[in-house]
Amino acid sequence: MAKIKSLDELKALRDSVQNTVDVREHGDNVEDMIIVRVAMATCGIAAGAREIMNFMAHELRDQGIDNVMITQVGCMGLCYAEPTVEVTLKGEEPVVYGNVTEEKALEIIEKHIKNGTMVDGIIPSTHKSLDE
Amino acid sequence: MSNYTMHILICGGTGCISAESDIIADEFTKELARVGMTEEVQVLKTGCFGFCEKGPIVKVLPDSTFYVEVTPDDVEELVNEHVVKGRVVDRLLFIDPSSKETIEDSKHMDFYKKQQRVALRNCGFVDPHNIDEYIARDGYQALGQSILEMSQLEVIELMEDANLRGRGGGGFPAGLKWRFTYNNESDQKYVICNADEGDPGAFMDRSILEGDPHSVVEAMAICGYAIGADKGLVYIRAEYPLAIERLQLAIDSAREYGLLGDDIMGSGFNFDIEVKFGAGAFVCGEETALIHSMEGQRGEPTTKPPFPAESGFWGKPTCVNNVETLANVPVILLKGADWFKTIGTEKSPGTKVFALAGKINNVGLIEVPMGTTLREVIYDIGGGIKDGKEFKAVQTGGPSGGCLTAKDLDTPIDFDNLLEKGSMMGSGGMIVMDEDDCMPAVARFYLEFTQEESCGKCTPCRIGTTRLFELLDKITQGKGTMEDLELMKELSHVITDTSLCGLGQTASNPVLSTLDIFWDEYVAHVTDKKCPAGQCTALLEYKITDACTGCTLCTRVCPTDAIDGKLKELHVIDQEKCIKCGACMDRCKFKAIIRE
Ligand SMILES: Cc1cc2nc3c(=O)[nH]c(=O)nc-3n(C[C@H](O)[C@H](O)[C@H](O)COP(=O)(O)O)c2cc1C
Ligand code: SF4
Ligand code: SF4
Repeated sequence: MAKIKSLDELKALRDSVQNTVDVREHGDNVEDMIIVRVAMATCGIAAGAREIMNFMAHELRDQGIDNVMITQVGCMGLCYAEPTVEVTLKGEEPVVYGNVTEEKALEIIEKHIKNGTMVDGIIPSTHKSLDE
Repeated sequence: MSNYTMHILICGGTGCISAESDIIADEFTKELARVGMTEEVQVLKTGCFGFCEKGPIVKVLPDSTFYVEVTPDDVEELVNEHVVKGRVVDRLLFIDPSSKETIEDSKHMDFYKKQQRVALRNCGFVDPHNIDEYIARDGYQALGQSILEMSQLEVIELMEDANLRGRGGGGFPAGLKWRFTYNNESDQKYVICNADEGDPGAFMDRSILEGDPHSVVEAMAICGYAIGADKGLVYIRAEYPLAIERLQLAIDSAREYGLLGDDIMGSGFNFDIEVKFGAGAFVCGEETALIHSMEGQRGEPTTKPPFPAESGFWGKPTCVNNVETLANVPVILLKGADWFKTIGTEKSPGTKVFALAGKINNVGLIEVPMGTTLREVIYDIGGGIKDGKEFKAVQTGGPSGGCLTAKDLDTPIDFDNLLEKGSMMGSGGMIVMDEDDCMPAVARFYLEFTQEESCGKCTPCRIGTTRLFELLDKITQGKGTMEDLELMKELSHVITDTSLCGLGQTASNPVLSTLDIFWDEYVAHVTDKKCPAGQCTALLEYKITDACTGCTLCTRVCPTDAIDGKLKELHVIDQEKCIKCGACMDRCKFKAIIRE
């Protein structure tokens, strides 16, 4: 580790390590966050859910979007449509997208997360919340 | 760059570690590897969450799920259910003792609702072993700003304005102490962090050093800059191995990052810290004794003035501050004095950390704004008295403090209010007592402690505390007289007035306070030879009532053959032979034996 030689260097270091505690800080105000859940059961992982989750996490970070909390959930029971991504805007019902590719993920970020408009690929919900 | 989307925080404070939190952490790592989730889930050991009553605690973020009393055997299920399937494991959640409802996340626990974490802001949140996490939380920014953008006096003025009062017990304003040390010119000055923490039951400072050592390191450097010192020393008791290990690691990594050492962040300011170990004598927490002990001399206090600010370590101007005082400093510099003053009361801004102990449901470490009432601490945060018993008193200020009772429940807690009530803030120990606690016995306990810890330098303290202890002992044996009670009062005042250091000057407080508030209880011991709380064994009598069926069971368990009686006849206990062990009472199936 090279020594920190100025306040700017310290701030740069802070910015680069910021994400280590982001997830924890998000925990303090989950109510105000957009929640993205990626199904990460065996079926999801096999279909590339981990890559999608990491891709979305990087993308959000690179774009400086910090009001989104990404977490994994277990099997959503939609194995035929993995990878699945569930987006919940503040105060709204969750929406689930199936067969999410990187391209689709980008679209979800651009349109749904940033502007609140849904995009194609939604799996109609048969039950109220996937939590239950 | 990390891809962690879930963090599992495991309490790594001394209390939880002794309850296997290290093994739990290892189990998590193993289980996560098994399910192939090590890239997504980070496991870390943090400092104390404060909820020691139900430790070991495991907190999952970002959803803040709060698991209590976790054992290594639970880990597999936690990983399978919570991590893999996203399902909360209900069985390990906290159950609210009053509503009997399970509570999923820490934000909905009464224990946390009324707390405000300033000194403990990073405890239970960051990995204390990793300087990057402290930096991610704006760590060392306050140091950078001070040494690069502020003059020494500007730092001191900001601290004076914030009116941060010493958390080591005295409540002396830190800013003022910094100014005095600054004003005393010298070729060499020192910053000392007092981490002796000798009060029985107190573990605030230990928890800060274990959970967030960098906040203390950073604050010491800021203080060094403000007063003109390039050397800092931490005096810590050797029986705090975990705190020592983490503090030393923090100092080493700060040095490696150039945040300690020469020309810090290109400012031209040099500062380094050395750790010194104390042998754990209570009197060595007193600042002059502490300094003598560090110089290799006997840990005995000397008269003030001269104060350490004028003539301290090796006769040089020295600023001595407590761990918790220092932990507040970096946030105050970053957020400003006005922000700090919005918390707490007018004369005691900020928060205070307390170690809750005794007959209370939620034993643990808490931090509340000054001005919080005792009722809020005991009932809202502490969850009330254990086993639904009656609240009797709370001892604050440890062996130097006094008692507060039900009539003080709505008093806002701050330095001045506690003094006015005949107690004191002290370093933050809070021992809660219920109807079963005998107050003369409590006073006796504290005097036994001070009497042992007196360094013996001055007569009133050395002999006075011994005599006070003997008098209290006599009273709890039922051998005291009314004259003894008067004598205790007089002796207490003499000790207070004529002792050299704070130990002797405050040693009588538990006696004076209990005499004042619980006079009737003392009188009962002296004149009626009765202990109303049923604690003083010498004053108890075991008796057999008419309910006795003469089954002879008790005669067989009595170790001194004190019980006599024929089969199917009423038995009697010979009071001369009875040693009050209570074995017979436990044994009797007919509840025929009573204690009074
Ligand atoms: C007998 C005795 C024991 C003390 N023990 C401690 C202690 O364990 N920790 C502490 O910080 N201050 C202790 N003090 C207070 C210190 O002398 C000193 O006032 C304090 O460290 C100053 O720091 P502060 O102004 O930041 O509180 C003790 C004082 C006395 C008289
Ligand atoms: S008051 Fe007691 S502890 Fe303090 S110097 Fe005197 S003898 Fe020692
Ligand atoms: S055990 Fe109880 S009932 Fe039996 S002899 Fe003793 S006092 Fe009487």
